[in-house]
Amino acid sequence: MAENKTDAQAAEPTVSVDKVESGFVRFLRATEIDTRMLGMIGALLLIWVGFHFYGLFANGFAAFLTPRNLWNLSVQTSSIAVMATGMMLIIVTRHIDLSVGSMLGFVAMIMGITQVWILPEYLGLDHPLTWIITVAVGIAFGALIGAFQGFLVAYLSIPAFIVTLGGLLIWRGSAYLVARGETIAPVDTTFALIGGGPYGTIGATGTWIVGVLACLAIIGVLISGRRSRIRFKFPLRPMWAEYLIGGAGCFFVLITVLVMNAYPWPKGIVRQVAKAQGVTPEDIGFVSHGLAIPVLIAIAVGIFMTFLTTRTRFGRYVFAIGGNPEAAELAGINVKKMTLLIFSLMGALVGISAVIASARLKSATIALGQLDELYVIAAAVIGGTSFAGGIGTIYGAILGALVMQSLQSGMVLVGFDAAIQQMVVGGVLVAAVYLDTLYRKNSD
Amino acid sequence: MAKAVKTTPKQSKGPSTDPNTGKTALVEMRDISIAFGGIKAVDHASCDLYPGEVVALLGHNGAGKSTLIKILSGAYSRDSGDIYVDGKEAIITNPRHAKDYGIETIYQTLALADNVDAAANLYLGRELLTRWGTLDDAAMESETRKVMNRLNPNFKRFKDPVKQLSGGQRQSVAIARAIHFNARILIMDEPTAALGPAETKQVGELTHQLKEDGIGIFLISHDIEDVFDLADRCIVMKNGAIVGSAQTKDVTKDEVLGMIILGKCPAGAIPGPGALDV
Repeated sequence: MAENKTDAQAAEPTVSVDKVESGFVRFLRATEIDTRMLGMIGALLLIWVGFHFYGLFANGFAAFLTPRNLWNLSVQTSSIAVMATGMMLIIVTRHIDLSVGSMLGFVAMIMGITQVWILPEYLGLDHPLTWIITVAVGIAFGALIGAFQGFLVAYLSIPAFIVTLGGLLIWRGSAYLVARGETIAPVDTTFALIGGGPYGTIGATGTWIVGVLACLAIIGVLISGRRSRIRFKFPLRPMWAEYLIGGAGCFFVLITVLVMNAYPWPKGIVRQVAKAQGVTPEDIGFVSHGLAIPVLIAIAVGIFMTFLTTRTRFGRYVFAIGGNPEAAELAGINVKKMTLLIFSLMGALVGISAVIASARLKSATIALGQLDELYVIAAAVIGGTSFAGGIGTIYGAILGALVMQSLQSGMVLVGFDAAIQQMVVGGVLVAAVYLDTLYRKNSD
Repeated sequence: MAKAVKTTPKQSKGPSTDPNTGKTALVEMRDISIAFGGIKAVDHASCDLYPGEVVALLGHNGAGKSTLIKILSGAYSRDSGDIYVDGKEAIITNPRHAKDYGIETIYQTLALADNVDAAANLYLGRELLTRWGTLDDAAMESETRKVMNRLNPNFKRFKDPVKQLSGGQRQSVAIARAIHFNARILIMDEPTAALGPAETKQVGELTHQLKEDGIGIFLISHDIEDVFDLADRCIVMKNGAIVGSAQTKDVTKDEVLGMIILGKCPAGAIPGPGALDV
């Protein structure tokens, strides 16, 4: 049988490579860790340490690897990370969405009008329902805009590039038009908590609880994964690899908790609170920020999107369409409907990001979300989403968002010009796509 | 030659039956037409298929055979004409409908999603779900292992995206997908075009086995040798129209080539609307 022969021939070289392969390759195989993810984490650490010491030597103070900066970084990343998970799906299906930044601005403006101009007339100021209605309006509005763009792409066959390039201008213009260019403030106080800030966090105890739950979840996933492999007699990871992955995961969670809790409330806030409670600032002492609410939202979105892409038919179809749209159609997948749904989901995620971004600013401004599309696309691509379609991960997109935001905030921190910052971000985007091409050439 | 006569009713109502056995046609396509921007890709073509029969569709590139078959598999929507499955009129406007009627297709391009693994391809569009409505990947992989073990015992790469597989392995994934869901009508579009001799033989064996199970097979091929090895009957198309059909045992290879190239119907064949007027 020729089949036998070709298989044996194909197998032979790998066997001989097996013998000489390094311990590192064996390690990667046993732990099933993606080399790409490892590279991304490496790049991230490099950026962090690089900015830290650049600051130390160039400016005389190192500010990057401090709880305060890392906490701020986590909050800044949230909005981009949420959108990057949706952009991943869009790029996987061989489309693009250039309109997310403008859409964010428009949705934020709509939400601003809802909670500042409209709702107070009916509910009064700071009604407990205000923030819920506002968030619902924002997400629904985003989903609607996304669905509209998806409709144009899927059913009228206008290339996504053109539809969303048009959207980039149209939604920014709409944002200007609905509020005549005004900045809409102040937002509802409960709504503002979603943006983070000293009050918009869950504190030290809450952070510890989340941390413990996260560790339990990591261990639970590992155990249930191993069980189902045993049930179906699939090859197992060696036990040491399971312990290593679980240990590393929990260690990372622990570090995150410690860092987030190490950032105290600023003195001004402590004084304010002390005054309100009629005690001295010394009585209140050290109050940890802990994890910020937008970070929790981003984590929740990340978990939901990971579930959606890996465990549901929807996710399976997204990747099948990206791998071979024609084959997906022939397999009976309604590609047009899927495209509409994917763009609609992107819109809903933009809605969530708009909530985070405008809550963080405590206002809706005309410039909100400007250039976000660039960061979001760059995050997805740095995170391993391939423009050729069919390949991408949610955790990659989120890590990519963290890389982009680290670059951005690092450059601000060490005092780079705004002009230089833009050039670096642009350059990184182009370089990331080039590296992706190289990586895929080698791995195929 | 009267024995070979099959009804090719153009005007009669109701589904055709085999005059020899009285069996109802598994599938009958009647008077099918489709045009792409003024070009009549299929022009009033009719054909039928009986249980346990292998019917080859022959013709040059662009003769309309792939288009005709894509209408049956739901990939294209016809402009006019009717399709009957088991004597009942069938509504097929997309691939899902065709699958509901038990019509499965192995496409020339294989139509695999290259970036996902064999199990995901096998179950694409009809994934197994857990009771919570999530994908049951473990069950799908386990079933895939069983199917592939039967079809191609050398197949071991269940975790790799199918892009990384050899031509023969990819082909077996495509075949597995077509036969795993109890197909009753199988369409094979150039099933051996990308295969080596041994794999071609394998496809031949599989065809015989499926035939014995009573599955009807439409075979699209350029290879006249293949056709005479595998098919009971052949239907030749030219410029979108049916030249004629013949039992393979009643005609020679040269006569069939004459039908393909010149549109000339030999004595052993039943001429169709596309036959050369002599």
